[in-house]
Amino acid sequence: MIPLSWYIALSVLMFSIGVLGVLIRRNVIIIFMCIELILNSVNIAMVAFAHYLNSVRGQIFVLFIMTVAAAEAAIGLAIIIAMYRNKETLNTSDINIMKW
Amino acid sequence: MPTISTADLAAISPEIIVLCSAMAVLIMGLFVKKEWRFLLGYLSVAGLAAAADRTWAMRSVVHGAFSGMFILDGYATYFKMVFYVAAAIALLISISYVRMENIEKGEYYGLILFATAGMMVMASGSDLMTVYLGIELMALSIYVLAGFLRKSLRSNEAALKYFLLGAFSSGILLYGIALIYGITGTTNLHDIAAFIQTGTYSKPALILSMILMLAGFGFKVAAVPFHMWTPDVYEGAPTSVTAFMSVGPKAAAFAAFLRVFITALPQIQADWTIIIAALAILSMLIGNVVAISQTNIKRMLAYSSIAHAGYAMVGFVAGGAEGISSVMTYLLIYVFMNLGAFGMVVALSRGGMTGERIEDFAGLSKKNKMAALLMLIFMFSLAGIPPTAGFIGKFNIFMAALNSGFLWLALIMVVMSAVSAFFYLRVVLVMYMKEPEDDRKLTPNLSMYTAMAVAAYAVLYIGMNPSGVIDFAMKSVSGLM
Amino acid sequence: MILQVAFIYFAAVTVFSALMVITRKNPVHCALYMLAVFTHVAGLFVLLDAEFVAAVQVLVYAGAILVLFLFVIMLFRGDGMKDKARFVSGWPIVAPIAIALMGLLMSILMHSGFSGAQGSYTIEAVRSAGNSQVIGMALYTDYLFPFEIASVILLVAMVGAIVLAKKKAD
Repeated sequence: MIPLSWYIALSVLMFSIGVLGVLIRRNVIIIFMCIELILNSVNIAMVAFAHYLNSVRGQIFVLFIMTVAAAEAAIGLAIIIAMYRNKETLNTSDINIMKW
Repeated sequence: MPTISTADLAAISPEIIVLCSAMAVLIMGLFVKKEWRFLLGYLSVAGLAAAADRTWAMRSVVHGAFSGMFILDGYATYFKMVFYVAAAIALLISISYVRMENIEKGEYYGLILFATAGMMVMASGSDLMTVYLGIELMALSIYVLAGFLRKSLRSNEAALKYFLLGAFSSGILLYGIALIYGITGTTNLHDIAAFIQTGTYSKPALILSMILMLAGFGFKVAAVPFHMWTPDVYEGAPTSVTAFMSVGPKAAAFAAFLRVFITALPQIQADWTIIIAALAILSMLIGNVVAISQTNIKRMLAYSSIAHAGYAMVGFVAGGAEGISSVMTYLLIYVFMNLGAFGMVVALSRGGMTGERIEDFAGLSKKNKMAALLMLIFMFSLAGIPPTAGFIGKFNIFMAALNSGFLWLALIMVVMSAVSAFFYLRVVLVMYMKEPEDDRKLTPNLSMYTAMAVAAYAVLYIGMNPSGVIDFAMKSVSGLM
Repeated sequence: MILQVAFIYFAAVTVFSALMVITRKNPVHCALYMLAVFTHVAGLFVLLDAEFVAAVQVLVYAGAILVLFLFVIMLFRGDGMKDKARFVSGWPIVAPIAIALMGLLMSILMHSGFSGAQGSYTIEAVRSAGNSQVIGMALYTDYLFPFEIASVILLVAMVGAIVLAKKKAD
């Protein structure tokens, strides 16, 4: 039996890596990937809790998070494409007509 | 085996109506000729009116539906009425604007209705799962609306910034939800409160989960220090969309924020009160001070919206039926005055960036007396000058804070309101004291005039006869307490 | 014993790949490391007796979302793709703060027991009924309302993506 704390430690590690990536990367597509890392860390925590609490709620919640992640990917990448048509850059330091 | 009763379906009938009108508008947008597309805007308003009628008819019903996922109560009813008003006025403002910007499509109206449906789910969500999905339904629609001017780089930028920071904040909110699920074994708001009252749990983890959720909601209501996106997104998005998202999603975020914290986490109220008080002070301070130096009116109103989130959070800190109902009253008043102010910006805009500088209001009183007078009313109300509704809203929050012993917070609020008068009145000064730069006339149209007249009438009426709204808010809040 | 070894393998690859995602320069490499993250997280779900979620993780994340990412990256084979600098200039300040926050999170969560209310879906009960059946039953009864909202979210995503990315405006 694997202790719950192992999963929590992994989830915290993933969450921190994702947050760090969002904060330090410049490429918008990679920032978006880092957000997906954060969502995956949430998924790990949810499914682990569901398992140890004998509950199915966490698994269902993860299915909804995946649905939303897919919707976010479609819209986020469409926004990136729309912007790329006007200005050929994906770098946050070039996305600066208005200051951040 | 839980079954779906007809009472459950009746409870969500307003949501069904709004979603059906959204889809109807989407489909009709494909067939309707360009010159008739403005009718889609009126059709959307009609859909909202039908939903409002249903909601109003059920105003005394309290019904938990769909296995505790959804609740219809006075609190949700109040906020839904606020959303209908916000969306309807925003739609009326949009009709001429989208034609001018050449984005008159069925999708525009459809997405505003989808966002409204998301906001309604947020107000009615009695489970963190539905609250989260409501937030996402609203946010995804608004991301698209913010980027609706596809050819404009500023609109692209606004959509991208809003999207990246919005998705990031949702991730943080979700981590908080995951932790509270681990701590209590449920995501239902009432069950969470029941578990915290009786069960054993570790307090530090609960506090951490609360802070993560607070950060997520703080982003949605644009509270400092989670406000970085606000000025850029408000500036870059199409003005009619900015008008909508400065009131609707903000009210919806407060609706969910208040319900989650008051229903699920009353046991650690002392802990979150302190943090929210700090956020309120920072928001009022930074919002009002930075607004002074803005030259773009959309940016100025963005900082002002940060400050108004701060005022609303003062009422939240005060707590109790009085404090919460003061927040609810304030949010309704804010819908009228802020949409009015943005409506005037829309009325002045000629495509591109024109009409967005504060200087563009120069000499408005000579060009169009009525428009200048309306803007004056809205600016006075935002500054909180009697006899406008803005004064009533602030006064209520002030009294609530005073009565629950937050004298210092109430004082900061008064001082910051005085500071805010500086930049609101500057707009009035520019309108009345400066000579016009050109003699272009405003091109008024029916829908815009209707929206502005309704907003101005509401601002003055509530300012002089506030008891009706206050009583309604007071009665609505009882279900939450 | 075998379970612990499996966990350590999946967790180690997940963390390593996640670190690669946030440090690699080429977005295609990042996307491929994301693939490793997704599949190994699916492995962890299998260890947690969540077979259905594991399958959906592979289908949705690896099959749909990642492919979308790769398509978009391939679309942008231009100058814009070249990161002038990989990291923001303030990263030497941001990184230690993030690591300190992780330490804080870790120290709080490692010392708190998660003893929430136990549900009725014990491993044995779920196994005897079948994981997919249990989830399906729950999804269409207790969780019907969120399920419907999720379907509306997908509709909005479809409409939004078409509105924003369509080549020609009418």
